[in-house]
Amino acid sequence: MDRAISLFDTDSKRGLSLIGLPFGFSLLLLAAPLILIFFLGFWKQDYLILERSFSLDNYIEAWTEPMYRDLMLRSLGISASVTFATVLLAYPMAYFISFHGGNRKALWLFLVTIPFWTSYLLRVFLWKVILGYNGVLNSLLDWLGLIEEPLTFILYNANAVVITLTHAWAPFAILPIYVALEKIDRSYLEAATDLGDGPLKRFFRITLPLSMTGVVGAALIIFIPTIGDYVTPKLVGGKDGLMIANMIQVQFMKANNAPLGASLAVSAMGIVTMISVIFLTFNRRWLRKRGS
Amino acid sequence: MKELDKEVTKNNIVELNEVFKHFGEIAALDGVSAQISEGEFFSLLGPSGCGKTTLLRLIAGFEEPTKGTISIDNSPMFKVEANKRPTNMVFQSYAIFPHLNVEENVGYGLIRLNLGKEETSRRVDEMLQLVDLEGYNSRPAHALSGGQRQRVALARSLIMKPKVLLLDEPLSSLDKNLREQMQVELRNLQRTVGITFILVTHDQEEALTMSDRIAVMFDGKIIQIATPQELYSRPISKRVASFIGEMNFIEGQLLIDEKGKTSVEAGILGKMDVNRDQIAVPLDSGLVTIGIRPEMMSLLFEERDRTEFEIGGVIKESAYFGDMTYYTVEVSGLNSPLTISMRNTSGRRILENGESARIGWGSESLVILNKT
Amino acid sequence: MVEKERVLKINKKFQIFAYAYLLFLYLPVLLLPIFAFNDSTIISFPLNSFTFKWFAGLTEETYLHESLKNSLFVAISTSILSTCLGILASRASARYEFFGKKSILSFLILPLFLPEIIVGVALLVVLMQLGLALTLWTVILGHTLICTPFSIAILNSAFANMDMSLEEASLDLGETRFGTFKRVILPMVTPGLISSILICFTISLDEFIIAFFLTGTETTLPVYIWGQLRFPAKLPGVMALGFLMLLLSLLLLSLFEYFRRRTNRVIDDQVNLEFGNLFKS
Ligand SMILES: Nc1ncnc2c1ncn2[C@@H]1O[C@H](COP(=O)(O)OP(=O)(O)OP(=O)(O)O)[C@@H](O)[C@H]1O
Ligand SMILES: [Mg+2]
Repeated sequence: MDRAISLFDTDSKRGLSLIGLPFGFSLLLLAAPLILIFFLGFWKQDYLILERSFSLDNYIEAWTEPMYRDLMLRSLGISASVTFATVLLAYPMAYFISFHGGNRKALWLFLVTIPFWTSYLLRVFLWKVILGYNGVLNSLLDWLGLIEEPLTFILYNANAVVITLTHAWAPFAILPIYVALEKIDRSYLEAATDLGDGPLKRFFRITLPLSMTGVVGAALIIFIPTIGDYVTPKLVGGKDGLMIANMIQVQFMKANNAPLGASLAVSAMGIVTMISVIFLTFNRRWLRKRGS
Repeated sequence: MKELDKEVTKNNIVELNEVFKHFGEIAALDGVSAQISEGEFFSLLGPSGCGKTTLLRLIAGFEEPTKGTISIDNSPMFKVEANKRPTNMVFQSYAIFPHLNVEENVGYGLIRLNLGKEETSRRVDEMLQLVDLEGYNSRPAHALSGGQRQRVALARSLIMKPKVLLLDEPLSSLDKNLREQMQVELRNLQRTVGITFILVTHDQEEALTMSDRIAVMFDGKIIQIATPQELYSRPISKRVASFIGEMNFIEGQLLIDEKGKTSVEAGILGKMDVNRDQIAVPLDSGLVTIGIRPEMMSLLFEERDRTEFEIGGVIKESAYFGDMTYYTVEVSGLNSPLTISMRNTSGRRILENGESARIGWGSESLVILNKT
Repeated sequence: MVEKERVLKINKKFQIFAYAYLLFLYLPVLLLPIFAFNDSTIISFPLNSFTFKWFAGLTEETYLHESLKNSLFVAISTSILSTCLGILASRASARYEFFGKKSILSFLILPLFLPEIIVGVALLVVLMQLGLALTLWTVILGHTLICTPFSIAILNSAFANMDMSLEEASLDLGETRFGTFKRVILPMVTPGLISSILICFTISLDEFIIAFFLTGTETTLPVYIWGQLRFPAKLPGVMALGFLMLLLSLLLLSLFEYFRRRTNRVIDDQVNLEFGNLFKS
């Protein structure tokens, strides 16, 4: 036996034995459940009894039933809008902190994260208070004499959901973008200016491509999980703002049709993952084109 | 004869036998054998990446050899972990525990011995005294200077009474003055405690001034093991010679006559007799390199100055170093100019560029080395 | 000169935007204390007089006390469990090279990128299939799953910043591997450990989506609040409760910040750099 290999093994063994427990934990509580839920979609449920025969009915229903299809499309639309709006707002903020924050960067980042340590449920609820018919916003606009009638398009619809979620996910966009911006070597920017690039050109040629990892990270960490939020739509979305997660929740809890819920969940996950992969591919191609 | 007796009675504390170490494709050690005697100050000298640290880490037990054996104090070290070996290490970064103070750092290894509070602190104090740090007991680690860190690292290792102390470039992060002072102190400390020191360094001067013996390493192999004087005056290859100090190299032919007398023929320099102990190559090598140190040649200032051999040349360049002057002298018929160092004694002038000069040397200062 | 003026102008614009955005972020938080101290059962403007009665009222809600106790139990257990898992994973990742390292680590932080409802639903299904009853422990399992990635992110930098030769020095001085872990490694990553515990505690305390699926008869605080949101009369009390929870979170966050700074004094003002590390690809 070659001792180099056996030694390599001991190092490998030590690493694996350390990570074994967390890995096993995740396999048991994440991989196994995900696999199970995938299969559950092919089963049937009669009240509380599961019938383990293979059938595509649930998936067919999930993909053809207009109600589910509309919910799915709306959810994707809302998630995409939230992602877009959050990143669009967060980028200048992160840019400001990174490039104009001076020695107050830590303070700014701290200020940005504080609101998110309020109870999540209460934050969503308070948006209802803000956006409502007699809410804070309408009272204020009325008091300022800017409106005659209270605005109604801002509560109990998809808009309200987008506004609330854009608020809820802000730090998840600001932080990764900030980190990416911080990593940019400032001398590149000086070099670009030196070579005659104006601020705008410089931004699009250097700063934006170099901070793209942060933007992509932010987009993914917002886009994927928002599809699974059922609290916000339920509290501020009204009837027109409900999302697929509400339906999944209903199927599991109230309607007692876990297989249908599972097929909806798996479908939603699948679509979101596909979109993310496509997004990542395009982004990589764009960056490569920039790079060459 | 006396020398030999001493060698026999001295116990070999570390024995390396055909040690190989591969990191994937890289052969960091490529068959290293050596015996290190008890109480010796032994240095590993070589250029960056030649495997010095790797060898030290193998002796310490942080890595296992790919092939070959290591014994310490006559017991084989195969699969013996670092914490079970009678060696201790002074790390290049010193690795002072940042969350502990001086006393806790120095006493770190004693805790496991369960000596009791009093005995532990007595030994710690004794050690601190030895390394000139008495009274620093409760100094936090981050409040130590470079030199003090090094002393703490030394004390922390020595307190374990190791059979062998391993030091990986312990002085390289100190400034020049402190380094020179510590070289002396380290040498004295080694004499005081009588423990075998194995020192890794890439600084030839450091190795020459401190060691009893030096092992020169290139590319994962030990090329020569010798005392400093031997190494300097009798390097065994052109590469070793140029690594340790400076040397002039002249192409030549090694000759041996019927009576077994050896000599070299070096074109314009003529034929020079050499003794067997000056020859580091097989006697039938034919083409060889003749090496001679700059200080072994001299410029003959006075008409009446005489040496065994001499030749004329023209000064091309001179570099003044205070106590010494280095001349580059062009000699027609030689491929490259000779470098000659002269002590600046009173009344001796510095020769001008373009001046002609006579160069003198004796055949006993030549070494005969491999051609390439 | 002109260039400098232009830069200042741009700077000003950014500043205005930053403050406006900050106002947007703080809007709900600012309302919380307002309604918590407002003497009216209706959560809207105009305000009435100042009162402490909603806070006083909290002392009589036995359900609240129950769920608070439950939540603390869940949050403490979660923070300890995920930090232990985080220690193992990040130590392995920082110190050893092993087969499938990258994939295993990506898998461990996957919950961060998964919709929480999926995690909740999937766990629920497994528990039901296994015939296990929903208890606080099922919530703890779910929370540990989503908190471990945060713990790994925080501890990874703590372990990676540690000089390997310190460990070797300890072994060299005769200490065992376990002793080295206890006497050298652990003390050096303690600030990271505390940060991890605090962050996981805070996340778990506030988590609703998974808890809602996995909670049995014993509810956690967010599940209790969710129930209360349906009763208008309870809302001011909920506001008061929310305000208290915000104060607690801020206290924990300040502690986290303090320990985080001690972990990487070097990297200094990059708050949540650990978090950012997750996006290094
Ligand atoms: N853990 C390792 N993995 C892979 N290669 C290694 C490892 N340790 C050392 N090497 C390689 O082995 C060779 C010898 O390294 P070593 O550190 O022993 O050199 P060194 O003589 O101490 O050099 P220096 O004077 O620069 O410290 C180098 O080529 C190095 O890159
Ligand atoms: Mg080295």
